[in-house]
Amino acid sequence: MTPLLEARGLKKRFGGNEAVSDVNFVVNAGECVVLAGDNGAGKSTVIKMISGVHAPTAGEVHFDGELLTGKTPEGVRTAGIETIYQDLSLADNLDPGLNLYLGREKIRHVLGLPFLDRAAMRRDAAEVMKGLGIELPDPAAPVRDLSGGQRQAIAIARAVHWQAKLVIMDEPTAALGVPEQREVMALIHRLKEKGVGIILISHNLPDIFAAADRIIVLARGVVGGERRPAETTDEEIVRLMMGAHA
Amino acid sequence: MPANPSLAASLLKSLLNIWSWLFLALILAFFEIYAQVETGNTFLFRVYNLQSIAIAASQILILALGLTLVIVAGHIDLSIGFTTGLAAVVMALVIRWAGPEAGWLTVIAAMLAGILAAVVIGLVNGWLVAYLDVPSFIGTLGTYGVARGAALIVAGGATVSIRSDEARAIGNGDIAGFPVPVVVAIVLSVICHYLLTHTKFGVHTYALGASRASVERAGVDVKRLLILLFVISAVTAGISGLIYTGRFSAGAANAGEPILLYAVAAVFIGGASLTGGQGTITGTVIGAIIIAVIQFGLVFSGLPPYWQFVAVGLVIIVAVLVDQSKTRMIGGRT
Repeated sequence: MTPLLEARGLKKRFGGNEAVSDVNFVVNAGECVVLAGDNGAGKSTVIKMISGVHAPTAGEVHFDGELLTGKTPEGVRTAGIETIYQDLSLADNLDPGLNLYLGREKIRHVLGLPFLDRAAMRRDAAEVMKGLGIELPDPAAPVRDLSGGQRQAIAIARAVHWQAKLVIMDEPTAALGVPEQREVMALIHRLKEKGVGIILISHNLPDIFAAADRIIVLARGVVGGERRPAETTDEEIVRLMMGAHA
Repeated sequence: MPANPSLAASLLKSLLNIWSWLFLALILAFFEIYAQVETGNTFLFRVYNLQSIAIAASQILILALGLTLVIVAGHIDLSIGFTTGLAAVVMALVIRWAGPEAGWLTVIAAMLAGILAAVVIGLVNGWLVAYLDVPSFIGTLGTYGVARGAALIVAGGATVSIRSDEARAIGNGDIAGFPVPVVVAIVLSVICHYLLTHTKFGVHTYALGASRASVERAGVDVKRLLILLFVISAVTAGISGLIYTGRFSAGAANAGEPILLYAVAAVFIGGASLTGGQGTITGTVIGAIIIAVIQFGLVFSGLPPYWQFVAVGLVIIVAVLVDQSKTRMIGGRT
């Protein structure tokens, strides 16, 4: 099976500082790969090289049979990779429907004049959310009235709705309470069932073990080790994060 | 926010949402009772009074419409006061150059020239904010000065008076019994309301006010959006200048100065917030009417006209307090 995404020899230098030295890994469809590592290990830099924000100094990324390196963030999204940042990039004052369609709104014409089709967008949002196992109490309420887990679900719904094949999630549970963290974990499992590949950035051990099919530990800009959750322990992952070589 | 807000809290919230309507009803009732008791006359049910209020409100409103869009996007446009003046002076100069025989064609060309001058200011504002990342408060304060200077320079420091029946008709004529400025204000309000609530442009404006990242990552061209917003703001300010020149048969550099603050106030009384992301055209319309009622009502009741500044100032403070308690009730903006 060819992997969904393959990163080969990624390197990024900022001035004299080498943030990422040599990173190789693959992600398969329907698989959740966790990029684990301490602050400054290079997790974010790796993600930004995939999502098109940074151009790698060396190395390349292949996705779904095409070369991804050199594409703009827009191009990467069109190719089928959706990145969900910690701030979720939601417009808090708009309802879930408008957030789902932001930038690609549904329009209907009345007497030749274009009007937003708010009702249709709301219906679609409620449906996509239902598919993720979340029932919205009031589909017309602005997103700021929703819980942290529900807001995360809208960001994920956006990826699902626009047919993303790979979703990158940056510390999705960092700002959430325990019940909401569980909701997000459930969302990740549903995404996997849909055959979506996931790259999850985290340094939270329970999250890592709950979500990962494979754990890739970054330390000082290189892959310090790759483990399956069943074959490793908390202590080993921490040791790898600290930079000990296995 | 709690999952089940109590009945009292949700009632309070809806009251806060319609406070400007209540406030308008309250001051209308106040002036009506005052008129009945003091003079035995009616305040509200007299065509002359209503017309005066409508014209005063229209002048504020036309200036405030484009500004509402800019404020919803989380920015501000202070230059509009003198964009109005610049458009007024340019229109008057073109008519004057054409001589006393200037017909409709000249007047229309003069109006286009006035709008064009306004658009230039709008483009500069948009460019400063979108491309040079200048905070809009500072950037438009700069163009406020530039527009003011430009208007004074081209007008030679004086008021440019004109003699043109066509121009007078723009400011003082009627359309189906309604004064032209009122009709213009209504038409522009409908257009701006449509733009803000029914188009992609409107959604992106609200989203930009809430979080720039949300629109940027949605692939929206934020720079283009910002330039469009400042140009619309300049155009409505320019139109208010054209009406000024028509009304007074003269273009003056400071045409918009006395109502700039009122226009800003109308937007905030109407429910907009300095942090962006909220505000409506309906709200701004109510805000402009409230200010016009206060202005005219105080004159009507024989108080020295200076009291209107105090009264409008107090209303602005109330509007901000209402906005703050609303923000607190929805659990703050994150």
